Parts: sequence; structure tokens; C-alpha cells
Amino acid sequence: MRRLAVILPVALFVLLVGVMAALLTDSERNNDPSRLPSPLVGKPAPAIDLPAVADGIPGGFSTADLRGTVSLVNVFASWCVPCLAEHPLITRLAEDGFPVYGINHRDKPADAQTWLARHGNPYKAVGRDADARASLEWGVTGVPETFIIDASGTIIYKHAGPITVDVLNDKILPQLREAAGR
Amino acid sequence: METGGRGRGYDEVIAEIGQFALILALVLAAVQATVPLVGAARGDAGLMRLAGRTAIAQAAMLLLAFAALTHGFVTSDFSLAVVFQNSHSLKPMLYKVSGVWGNHEGSMLLWVLVLALFSAAVALFGRNLPLSLKARVLAVQAMIGVAFLAFVVFTSNPFARLVPAPADGSGLNPLLQDPGLAFHPPLLYLGYVGFSMAFSFAIAALIEGRVDAAWARWVRPWTLAAWTFLTGGIALGSWWAYYELGWGGWWFWDPVENASFMPWLFGTALLHSAIVVEKRDALKSWTILLAILTFAMSLLGTFLVRSGVLTSVHAFATDPERGVFILAILALAIGGALTLFALRAPRMQGGGLFAPISRESALVANNMLLTLAAATVLLGTLYPLILEALTGGAARVSVGPPFFNATFGPIMVPLVFLMAFGPLLAWKRGKLSVAARKLIPAAIATLAAIAATFAAVPDGPVLAPLAMGLAAWLAAGTLAEWAARIQLFAIPLADSLRRLSGLPRAASGMTLAHLGLAIMIVGITGSSAWRGELVTTLKPGESADGAGYTVTLMSVGEGRGPNYMFERATLAVSEAGRHVATLTAERRFFPVASQTTTEAGIHTTLLADLYGVIGERGRTPETADSWTVRFFVNPLVPWIWLGALVIVCGGLLSLSDRRHRVGAPRRATARASAPPRPAPAE
Repeated sequence: MRRLAVILPVALFVLLVGVMAALLTDSERNNDPSRLPSPLVGKPAPAIDLPAVADGIPGGFSTADLRGTVSLVNVFASWCVPCLAEHPLITRLAEDGFPVYGINHRDKPADAQTWLARHGNPYKAVGRDADARASLEWGVTGVPETFIIDASGTIIYKHAGPITVDVLNDKILPQLREAAGR
Repeated sequence: METGGRGRGYDEVIAEIGQFALILALVLAAVQATVPLVGAARGDAGLMRLAGRTAIAQAAMLLLAFAALTHGFVTSDFSLAVVFQNSHSLKPMLYKVSGVWGNHEGSMLLWVLVLALFSAAVALFGRNLPLSLKARVLAVQAMIGVAFLAFVVFTSNPFARLVPAPADGSGLNPLLQDPGLAFHPPLLYLGYVGFSMAFSFAIAALIEGRVDAAWARWVRPWTLAAWTFLTGGIALGSWWAYYELGWGGWWFWDPVENASFMPWLFGTALLHSAIVVEKRDALKSWTILLAILTFAMSLLGTFLVRSGVLTSVHAFATDPERGVFILAILALAIGGALTLFALRAPRMQGGGLFAPISRESALVANNMLLTLAAATVLLGTLYPLILEALTGGAARVSVGPPFFNATFGPIMVPLVFLMAFGPLLAWKRGKLSVAARKLIPAAIATLAAIAATFAAVPDGPVLAPLAMGLAAWLAAGTLAEWAARIQLFAIPLADSLRRLSGLPRAASGMTLAHLGLAIMIVGITGSSAWRGELVTTLKPGESADGAGYTVTLMSVGEGRGPNYMFERATLAVSEAGRHVATLTAERRFFPVASQTTTEAGIHTTLLADLYGVIGERGRTPETADSWTVRFFVNPLVPWIWLGALVIVCGGLLSLSDRRHRVGAPRRATARASAPPRPAPAE
């Protein structure tokens, strides 16, 4: 009995270490990039057809416009501070020749117009999504979010939250290059 | 920016010195881990004495390395990768310094530094320790040191370079840019790592094959010190979460919180069981096991936080390779210790029989309940992981507050109930009737507290008055014991005061710590039973009623801080038309880290906190000029921090007891041979 009592802690501990080791070496778990994969990745981009925001802003666009080349879709709003923070990087992507489409999420047209005039408009086309219906179709949980669509119109990557330099270099650009090479 | 011109070459040398000192510390630790053991086995005093010298040298080297890294942060030396990733030249100086441990590499350096400082303290102040025990304790301590130093040097080198050096850093996690959190990790580490002393003493005792009252007396101050630091560290972290995360709560049963709470529970049990070893020469193998388990929980906590097996708001930048390394350390240290325990423990004979009604039996009950509580928290924390491993990731669950509230609370009730009894019972054979008679005033206070609470808040949860009664029971019971000790009202007041000044500090420390827990229970009860909440959307100028108050969003302004942009809302709180408080709540956006933090506006009185937070601005054109406003009334929350402070003061007071003071060799050894005192202090 006393023997058993002193051996029990070791036995339980060995079991515990085994579980931990199994978890650590489970490569699938560790390679899972976001742990929150979007169910839309790998599926065709949901059909949307958005009107233009205002005169002087190119747009709107529909899902059909996204086919034929690798493109990005960025969900943004003038009232969203993180959108402003990622704006220079979106602009850089556009300058690098990647077509970026904007979904203007729950915004007043006048506000969006002022915002784009002040900070520059990198978008190939902007679609107005005042009631967030399109965002809902695309499974957007918050602004900003960015999708990468390949030439066949399939969503190959989604980033929730603002794009940072690290995200751009480690995630967005490799995905774009890979999609362009295919 | 300080990177220009003159300083650069000089700074680089400093970082190189740090790197060199770190490696030298590893070498010293390797010597300290082996040579003294050989010396102790052969009875070679020269080799055994090496332990103390290497311990002091190792601590000096690590202090040097830590100073070099601090220098790198203070002067913004971005050629160091860790400084580049975690600092910024625009950051306020306090956070440049706290940035040293606000990241994985630096915090691990702090970890090994604290470990070495504890070793050095044993070397310097443990003159009264038998030479062989001291050599073995320091060798075991150095084994842990070797493992973690190798971990730092090979997987987490804080002195790794970036060539060419970037122009500026990329910031610090903005959540960590906070005075409360600047000092939370060092305190927590002093606690976590401090338990390594109890572990090393336990292993040394297993090697020596001897555990006696003197051993317990040497272990107790170290355990007490670690426990006091850990208490302070946990309380500080909880306070930070309360005002910074903006959720209105102060404890979330988050896995990382649990990781610091489990060593605390085991450590508390250890603190009490060591008393039984000291006074009654019993519970030896159990105390050894507790010492091992307490440190195992510290290591497990380190592993869970660093390895990435947990997904938590606290998780540091994680890396599977590091996880495997720490798991290996955990497996070797604790697996080895438990195996040694299984081999040696059956030989340790406890002395004396336990009468069911006695101080030692009360302490055994304390240990059983605390261990059960710790096991519950451990199960709740690990269950999701175990399930995930067994099902290959198919089943993922999370265990949240409902589980812990339903299991942890019921274990605490009998524990607190017995806490009033324990100190009143005599060693060996106590009399329940004597203790019960002394507790009559406490029973009256309990009934009064229940009645008063029920009268004050008749429509609250039924359990709340009972919990307040429990707090009153503990407080009054603790005071009754204290009063009996100084014979308050039984003898003239002047004599009582004389007795008070003659009271051992360890005894007063216990009184304070137990009182602190009673205060804390009042706070916990108040904040969980009668919390009021109002969540609404307001435009500037609008008001809403809820939780017994009227909240008006006066204005929202925008501005820029040193490295963030903010929205600052002014909330006016009034009760029945009378202005009570003005709260200033902020939402801060940190562009470099692209993270948003909240700063709660809190108005504190002893009875309640009024707590206001602003959330996101409305998202539709119609609501674009309105904000989500969350307002909480958190009754008695300040009592939680006050209770924690009193507990820490109790720990410090007890630590200052002459019999605990590590530098008082003569008296301690004199007492070791003295017969048990008639009125033991604890």
C-alpha cells in the first residue's frame, strides 16, 4: 500500500508528460497558421455585386470582376482606426501591381469620399456595402479584413485585422507570389 | 535617438560582455551541479565548499549579463534582436527598462538570475546548514540552473544580433506598457523560482536520507519568502487585469492565471505541512512530496506559458522547439525527483501518533483540502489538453469559470471553517470543547454578519450572506486566537500589551495572513454576488440608467499619446440626481503593434468601485457618432487588493521572525536541540 502511494505520483506524472509530448509533436496543430481558419478559404468567392460609393471613386464591382488575375479584396471603413494604420501597406500592394478591391463597410458615402481624398485611393474599384450584406456573405467578423483571390476566383487566403509589415512579408506576399506562379 | 555617433562601439562591447557572462554562468553552474555532490559523497570538505563559491560567482555573472541586457534596452541598442523586437526609441524610460523582462528571452534571463540569486542567498546566509546538506542543496539548485541556462543560451539567446542594426525598434506589446505589469513578472518569478529552494532541499534530504525538525526549520523561511512574493505577484497581475483589460472582472480562471495559482495552492500546503515536520517530526514524506509538487507546478506553469500548447491572452511568442526543451527539463527534474521519492520515501519514518483533535490533524485537513483544490485547478486547466491529445485534436473543449466556481468554492468553505479552529487547538491532543468555547464570540459575529448582510441586501443571492458570515467567522476566530494569546481582557491591559510585544513575529504573521484572507473573502463575495452592469450605446450628451446609477456620456475627445492614438470619454455618474463621480475611460490604438487597449475609468470607495469603459464606435451611418459604454458597479472589490496586501504583510512579518531569519545561525541551532516549546508559535 505504502509502495503504491509513493509510485502513484511518478506514474501520473509520466502519463502527463506523455500527453504534453503528444501535443507538442502534433505537427498539424503547430503548423495551423491562424488556428481560426476561415471556412471560405479554398472555396469560390461568394457572389456579390456592389454599387459605387460616390462619384469620382472608381467602382463598384462584382465577383465576376475578380476572375482572370490574382487580386486582393480589402474590407475597410473611414471610421476604423486600424484601417488607417494599414492603409500605406494597401497602397504599397496596389503600387506593386496587385489589383486591390475595396469593400466599404458600413460607411457614409461622404465620409468615405473625404477619407479616400485625404489618404489616397489605392483601390482599383470600391464597392459600397452600407448594410454590411456583402461583408456577411464573405464571413467578415470585423474591419479591416483582407482576402486574396486567385485567377479562378477562389479565396486562397484571409487575414483578419490590420495588415502589418510582418503580415505583409510573411503571409500576404508569399501567398500572392505563389498564386501568381500557378 | 541615442544610437548616434560616439556610443556604438562601446555599447557593442557591453552586449558581448553580457553574452560572455551568460556562457560563463552556464559553465559555473555545471561545476556547481557536479563537484559538490562528489565532495558530499566522499566527505571532502574542500569540494563541498566549492558549491557556495560557484553559487556566488554564478549569481554575479548573471547579474552582469542582466545589467548588460538592461543597458541594451536603456540605450536602445537595436543591433540586439530582442531590443529591436520589443522596444522603441520613443518609449518612456520605465517601459524601456520593464521591456527587459517583457519578452521571452529577457524574462528567461530574469528566471535564471532569480534562481542564481536564491542559490547565492543560501551560500551567503546558510552558514548554519550542515556542510553536506548545503553542498547538495546548492548542487540540485545548480542542476536546475544548468538546464535553464542551456535553454537560454541555445534556444532563447537574449544577446542574438541583427546585422545590420535597424534604425528603430518595433515596439512592445502595448498591454504590457503599464506600471502594474512592469513589476508583476519579477515578483511572480521570485515566487515561482523561489520554490526551487524547497525542491532542492527536498532532493538533498532524499539523497541524505534524513528529514528532521532542523531540516524543516531551514526550508520554511525560503518557502515563506517564495510564497509571499508569489502572493504579491498574483495579486498585482489580477489588479492589472482588472483595470487594464476592461472586462470588469479580476480573475478569469485563464490557464495562465491557473498556472500561477497552482504553485500557490501547493506552496500554501507546504508552508503548513513543514510546520508539522518542525514541531511534531511527522508528515515527512508528504512534505517532501509537496515540495516536489510545488516546484513541479512552477515548471509546469513555465512550460504551459512558453510552449504554445495553450492558447491564451497571456501566451508569449511561442515556439515548439522551446516547448520540447522545457518539457524535457520538466520530465528530467520532476520525473527524476519523483522516482527518487518512490525509492527513498518509504524509509522515512514519521514520529508520533496523531490524535484526531489536535493542531497537527487540523493541519493535515488543511493540506488535504488545499491539495484537493490544487488538483481541481490542475484538472480543469489540463483537461482540454488531455482530451485534445487523446482524440487527436478532434475534440476541443474549454473549461471556464462555471467549472471552477462549482468545484473550487465548495472546497474552500470547509477550509476556511477549519482555519478558525486550527490555531486554537493544542499540539498532540487538543480539546474541541476548549477551542469551541473560545470561538463563541466568533459564532456570534458570524450570525451578526449574516443578519446584517441579509438586512442590507435582502434581494441578493442567498449564498452571499453565508459567505459574509464565513468571512466574519474567520476574522473573529483569528482575532479570538490572537486575543487569547495575549490574554486580552483576562489580565490588565498593560500586561496584555507586554505579551503582545513579546509575541513571536511568526505568530503575528499568521494572524495577519489569516485576517487578510477574511478581508479578501469579503471582497470576492461582494464582487461576485452584487455586481451591477450596464451595457448601452450612447451619443455624447445622452444618459442611461442601470445598476442603480445614471450614466451620462459627457464628451469623447481624440488625441495622441507618446506611441498611440486615443479616444477619451468622460462619463458622469449620478445617483438619484446627485453627482457621484466623473470617470475618464480611454481606448488606445497602438499603430506599431496594431493593437487596441482599454483604460478603464475607476472611482474607488471602500464600499464599491464604479468602473466605466468605452467600446467601439457605432458602425452604421446612423450610429457613427455613438459609442458602446459599459459601466460596472463592483461592490467591495478594493477589499480583494487590501486583503492581498495584508496577506503579504503577514508573510513579511513572519519572515522577519528571528527564528526564521536565515542569518541567525546560533539561535536556530540552539533551538533545534531545545525541547518543543509549551506554546508553539504557529
